[in-house]
Amino acid sequence: MSEAKVEEEIVIEFTNVAKSFGDKEVLKDIDFDVHRKEVVCVIGPSGSGKSTLLRCITQLETVSKGEITVLGTPITKCDKKAINELRTNVGIVFQNFHLFPHMTAIKNITLALLKVKKMNEKDAKELAMKCLQEVGLEEKADMFPASLSGGQQQRVAIARSLAMKPQIMLFDEATSALDPELVGDVLQVMRNLAEEVMTMVVVTHEMDFARSVADRVVFMDGGVVVEEGTPEDIFTNPQNERTKTFLSRVINRL
Amino acid sequence: MSAHQLFSSLHIANGGLSGIGDEFFSGRIFNKVFPEIFIEGAKNTIIFTAIAFTGGLIFGLGLALLRTSKKKYLRWPAASFIDFIRGLPLLLIMIVIGLGFPILFKDYQLNFPGPLDFLNTMWPFGRDGTKYIPGALALSLVAGAYMAETIRAGIESVPKGQMEAARSLGMTNSQTMRKVILPQAFRTIVGPLTNELALLFKDTSLVSVLGVEVGGRELTKFARDSTNQLANTTPLIAAGICYLIITIPLLQLVQYFERRSKAGTR
Repeated sequence: MSEAKVEEEIVIEFTNVAKSFGDKEVLKDIDFDVHRKEVVCVIGPSGSGKSTLLRCITQLETVSKGEITVLGTPITKCDKKAINELRTNVGIVFQNFHLFPHMTAIKNITLALLKVKKMNEKDAKELAMKCLQEVGLEEKADMFPASLSGGQQQRVAIARSLAMKPQIMLFDEATSALDPELVGDVLQVMRNLAEEVMTMVVVTHEMDFARSVADRVVFMDGGVVVEEGTPEDIFTNPQNERTKTFLSRVINRL
Repeated sequence: MSAHQLFSSLHIANGGLSGIGDEFFSGRIFNKVFPEIFIEGAKNTIIFTAIAFTGGLIFGLGLALLRTSKKKYLRWPAASFIDFIRGLPLLLIMIVIGLGFPILFKDYQLNFPGPLDFLNTMWPFGRDGTKYIPGALALSLVAGAYMAETIRAGIESVPKGQMEAARSLGMTNSQTMRKVILPQAFRTIVGPLTNELALLFKDTSLVSVLGVEVGGRELTKFARDSTNQLANTTPLIAAGICYLIITIPLLQLVQYFERRSKAGTR
């Protein structure tokens, strides 16, 4: 990835963010930026707070302390309406897809277009078809999620997010629930998206993907950002002992 | 025991048995109550069930939404109300409403005073249709409280991720409820709701304790009146058959829904 495409503008900024669930501190004093058109991959052992970090950005979790500024808006000061507005600009893709099982693929995509963007039926359908084409599933438009494979479901979920024309896309272990042979298609869609210079924050266990697609890799452990840098820095020359241990475990596991 | 004694006791038993036939299954009486038992009794039972089920569903949905709210001050009163109603015998509620409400009705016509006059014209079952109100109201109240718990279970059975996915697309809470959560919830509870319908259908027999005038009597009241009039139990058996004609297919349907949801076709 070229460094040149990444812009100066900071679109996500964490300032001293902490998050606890009861007594359990999941995020401790996080400072973290994402620039426009940057692809940031967040790696780390499970329970390190990666997913929580992502979910805080779109306010699926509220922070206990600190401030997150997304696209210039400090989110702890937002009312409900502003949060909904913000969410249309920040797409999120989940580990378990969360497609609406009672709707066909295309209805999954048009629902928010009709209800949130107030588009008319025809425009919404057209846009939805275009998004399905982008993920290579236009022929599955009228299928229900139950009759799609995991990989196809996840691509529909990505199309559903993209249809909202978000400025930022978040991926929360988007391939972790997939059978190994289905991971490739989903990663390809994400790769294409990165090349179209979307701003992306990707929580992943796919080290090869992080290495080849990321502009910056962030290693988290125990609720803190332990180390960050270019993929080159992190994967070939990690400075921190915890990073080294983690990488040796995930990369040499075969 | 002498032969005479034995004979006479057999005789009594014999007479008793043939008496059972006449008392419970008299063809002559059957012919007398049909078809009125359908035209009046079954019709009114169905009307009571329909009003109470619709009312209960709307009422139960409202209660369930309050009950699952994140806000404590909405959740708590709804939960208390549901338990309050479920903790009381339907018969008692029926009698209280049956005795209390005629104050609002005069000669079985709506009798709202002055400024509420417009309400008097709103009832869709004709000028004398108010005869259904007290019974249907009591049934709706209780059905609603039970259905609220069923609907709540349905709402809670929808995975949390569904709400998150919809909300993260920018949809509001109520849009998500209407378009995403409730359609899935109702799909899972169609079996239990059908069961509620069957229960409600039977519970309409409690309306019989209210002094409903001729024309508004449901199956049980109709059969009791006929039994008193004809001094024979057969009309009650006829009413039982009428109940079963409806409830057995309904219960079969419940089983079908159960099998379907077990098979996991959603």
